[in-house]
Amino acid sequence: MNETKKKLLKEKAAKIRLGALECVYSANSGHPGGSLSVADLLAYLYFEKMNINPEDPDNPMRDRLVLSKGHTSPALYSALAHRGYFSTELLKTFRHEDSILQGHPDMKNVPGVDMSTGSLGLGISAACGIALSAKVSGDPYRVYTVLGDGESEEGQVWEAAMFAAHYKLDNLIAFLDYNGLQIDGPIAEVINPAPFDEKFKAFGWNVCVIDGHNFDEIDEAVNTCMEVKGKPSVIIMKTVKGKGVSFMENEVEWHGSAPNKEQYETAVAEIEKTL
Amino acid sequence: MKYEIGQKIATREAYGNALAEFGENTDIIVFDADLAKSTKTITFKKKFPDRFFDCGIAEGNMMSVAAGVATTGKIPFASSFAMFAAGRAYEQIRNSIGYPHLNVKIGATHAGVSVGEDGATHQCNEDLALMRTIPGMVILNPADAVEARAAVEAAIKHNGPVYMRFGRLAVPVINDQDTYKFEIGKGQLLKEGKDVTIIATGLMVNEANIAAEKLADEGISAEVINIHTIKPLDEELVVRSASKTGKVITAEEHSIIGGLGSAVSEALCEAGVGAKLVRIGVQDVYGKSGKATDLIKAFGLDADSIAAKARELVK
Repeated sequence: MNETKKKLLKEKAAKIRLGALECVYSANSGHPGGSLSVADLLAYLYFEKMNINPEDPDNPMRDRLVLSKGHTSPALYSALAHRGYFSTELLKTFRHEDSILQGHPDMKNVPGVDMSTGSLGLGISAACGIALSAKVSGDPYRVYTVLGDGESEEGQVWEAAMFAAHYKLDNLIAFLDYNGLQIDGPIAEVINPAPFDEKFKAFGWNVCVIDGHNFDEIDEAVNTCMEVKGKPSVIIMKTVKGKGVSFMENEVEWHGSAPNKEQYETAVAEIEKTL
Repeated sequence: MKYEIGQKIATREAYGNALAEFGENTDIIVFDADLAKSTKTITFKKKFPDRFFDCGIAEGNMMSVAAGVATTGKIPFASSFAMFAAGRAYEQIRNSIGYPHLNVKIGATHAGVSVGEDGATHQCNEDLALMRTIPGMVILNPADAVEARAAVEAAIKHNGPVYMRFGRLAVPVINDQDTYKFEIGKGQLLKEGKDVTIIATGLMVNEANIAAEKLADEGISAEVINIHTIKPLDEELVVRSASKTGKVITAEEHSIIGGLGSAVSEALCEAGVGAKLVRIGVQDVYGKSGKATDLIKAFGLDADSIAAKARELVK
């Protein structure tokens, strides 16, 4: 990827992070840690890779993204707002009673949200359904889904993994946000779902393992996976929970709690410095 | 597929036949969870193999996959036994299908104790109760093959989630296919009466008709109503009849908790109808193994049991 593109994506990722933090701070609740760890991926997908048009959010031939780890909606909403699906002003209404920006993504009310998610394990199955539908009608669009590492403890993730491989859904790419932390602690201590690469391989998937904060690696992995025929692909992204805000990085406490005013201002200042 | 009055055929057979009949619509995609031979989705599979997908024994995934398919504008049908559709996959139905109000049709077969020999683990007497709690869910429980065919046709035309309940046991066709009209949400007054109202659903409709004939011989005039749509309930018809007779029996092959009996009771109470109500159904117990026809009697779901309750009520 050329330097100009990379610079642009870094800016977009920073904006997505700022918007996600604004969401969580305004709501005084939500999930900053996992939102920050997927911000780079969402910047890449929404500003570089996906065939989408914010002016025509329901176009049947658009690429789809299902945020299976729906609790990181702040990152998704921020990406969609910055991509032009709705005003960035809405971000401060996140989790407020009459806001379209519900705690977890609601496809009925938010332009650009391709599937309602929030209950873990369900999104990847829906993504399989969308990919299957494209196969049935011979449509060329692609389907992306983002899984949490803790989410993969749900049995349904592996039901979906079997399904996607059985029906050769090579139009589906799953990203696994391997930040290593879940609510109750490190995933390795709570109930270890690793190794992910061997599990997905055993389930018949094409597997890539990358640094989820490196745009060159994300781009190369996605382009490689798009060429793989006859099987779905998963890109296991090593990430840092809370990435971009020093005091949130790798701290499990920031899975699901909001910063106070001082913390918010410190976090914003840190990210703005990178712009 | 043409059905003749009196012909004995299970509603699940009619479900499979209807999928094949209306399956020319290329938007229709059918899913099953390793039970195609039993749910009869195999009838569709034989005719349209390219639009049939087996999900294996993974009902939760099937429901969410169907939801994903529905987001693309197609009309997915997802089938399993009622126990594993409404029961096992309740949360997927609620969150993946119900909450986004997606156009998924759930074809649940082997409902109630008439599953027979498989016993309690496979006899779902709770599915109507579970599905009623999901906002926007339409629930259809056809009485015979003619109604089952019509229910599938109506479900295809309806935009939104629909739960359809079918049985394993062969039951007599009671409707004339040439004149039969089906409308979601509209109950059917099958027989007018003045002493007692019998409101039945599913295979209990035929039992209610037989009970009404027995009662007529004894001079008891029973009104019989078929409620094929459990939700939305035809409250107007139910309230009107209950106001007239003042005595109501509900009859369902389902728990007395949360199904037709509860829905009717709620409607009558809220309308301020002071009618006496008896709920016939599975009395807050599990099913058991046995011959389907024997179990229907054992759980008090046959025409004789309905007639006996009616006699007590009008005494």
